Amino acid sequence: MPDSLSERKERLAKFKKTILNKEDSARSVDIPEGLFVKCEACGNAVYQRVLDQNDGICPHCGYHFKIGARRRIDLVVDPGTFREMDADISSENPLGMPEYEEKLAAGKKSAGMPEAFLSGTAAIAARNVAIGVLDSAFMMGSMGSAVGEKVTRLIEAATAQRLPLVIFSASGGARMQEGILSLMQMAKTSGALSRFRDAGLLYISVLTNPTTGGVAASFASLGDVNIAEKSSLIGFAGPRVIKQTIRQELPEGFQTEPFQLKHGAVDLVASRKELRVLIARLLQFHPEVRS
Amino acid sequence: MNGDNRNVAWEKVKLARHPKRPTALALIARLFPDFLELHGDRVFGDDPAMVCGLATFDGRPVTVIAQEKGTNTDDKIHRNFGMPHPEGYRKALRLMLQAERFHRPIVTIIDTPGAYPGIGAEERGQASAIATNLREMMSIKTPIVSIVLGEGGSGGALGIGVGDRVAMFENATYSILSPEGFAAILYKDAEQAPLAASLMKLTASDLYALHVVDEVMPEGPGLHEDPTTGFVAVSGYLSRALVALGGLPTERLLDERYGKFRAMGAIYDPMHHGETDENQD
Repeated sequence: MPDSLSERKERLAKFKKTILNKEDSARSVDIPEGLFVKCEACGNAVYQRVLDQNDGICPHCGYHFKIGARRRIDLVVDPGTFREMDADISSENPLGMPEYEEKLAAGKKSAGMPEAFLSGTAAIAARNVAIGVLDSAFMMGSMGSAVGEKVTRLIEAATAQRLPLVIFSASGGARMQEGILSLMQMAKTSGALSRFRDAGLLYISVLTNPTTGGVAASFASLGDVNIAEKSSLIGFAGPRVIKQTIRQELPEGFQTEPFQLKHGAVDLVASRKELRVLIARLLQFHPEVRS
Repeated sequence: MNGDNRNVAWEKVKLARHPKRPTALALIARLFPDFLELHGDRVFGDDPAMVCGLATFDGRPVTVIAQEKGTNTDDKIHRNFGMPHPEGYRKALRLMLQAERFHRPIVTIIDTPGAYPGIGAEERGQASAIATNLREMMSIKTPIVSIVLGEGGSGGALGIGVGDRVAMFENATYSILSPEGFAAILYKDAEQAPLAASLMKLTASDLYALHVVDEVMPEGPGLHEDPTTGFVAVSGYLSRALVALGGLPTERLLDERYGKFRAMGAIYDPMHHGETDENQD
């Protein structure tokens, strides 16, 4: 049931008071669901509506919140041009891992998709492309057999149709619940890119927050052009694992997108608002390839 | 856990890491007595966790790519416990591409807890180094045979593991993550590693059933007790595999390699038969 207006006002007043008093706003305040969100970077409260209108970017500090796959498609492709493929592919529980089905069900619910990868064809600035987007709301965008299969089919379709390929990654890595089969998706997707590359086609990989583990160590790092979106954690091992291994604090800015630019892992860093134009420009440098 | 109450998977994990288990250099000494090590990635340095070089096998030159854990404390530290840095993967790739150029088959020996998770490794592009190897290995125009000797640790193992044939010793393991790491993620408790191992399907027989490996090589009493049986088995396997692969035209070799990895996984796809599409056929 929706809250009554007076209840909402009361909670809002309490919320504002806490923010103005600069108390620990994260836990002590009962934030009205869906009205405000707290920016992870600057701590300011942001109207959900303002955030949505600003493409999921904090109006105070420019931090890029995570966005869903369908939203991403809307932000990048020409309106009405997206044609989804392989929409019905989903996961099984091949190893019989406890609680995996529940996690899949929760992922479907929170991402509103049958799996963590949305793929299809679309036009960007009137150029046809094959496009895929990982959604971190679905089990951290992890790659199991279904994601690996969908990524591979997208690459194979792009190869067959001679289309440029654009993939937006957002993933914690390979999906633990499918064990070795998830690991093998790294070879499968990267292998498909070997054939795509040999066909002389362009692959633009956009690494968004977060891109780590088995996705970073496979197709996400293999773009002809790698673009890192702002506010992204990008790397092979997660910061927690590295900290445990080396038993020391990690340097400031470690595995951020400026770090990856400095160390040569990505060609470009871009804000979310620049991406569409940037991809269009890159496509223009690569005229259509006929077989 | 198995019906007889023994946690076989956890026992294998312990055997795969057994301090007396032969490491890659011991296997190389047995299989390739004339092994000549070659060093360096030509960019940053030489990674002692990745040992690469030339040898003769059955009278033919081969390129050997191996992960070496080290044998005593000093050596283990020198070898970073078999955890390669990006320069290790880049050295491996350099020498695999060299093998392609000289039409030499490639033998890779996998034994690593995983690619090293450290600051330098991240700065030098661990993710990119592994990803590049996965892509390039799929199209290298010479036969590749991979042997999982001890621990097949995650992407760090796969980074030299995209072979036309992948064979595993009976007590070796191959997994997406260590059981400790798996338990830490799924149960927030690394102490649950034995339970995790029992669920992960990481033993040679599990992986054979999942079509991830092509052959399980017997160890007799176990490589840590006496490696004779295992080393005879691997030598025979390698001979047969290289003969079989050497007879294939290059295009077919590459198509079969692609098809092998292409088929891995299990999905629900209602457009295809409306049921499980596991390992195709």
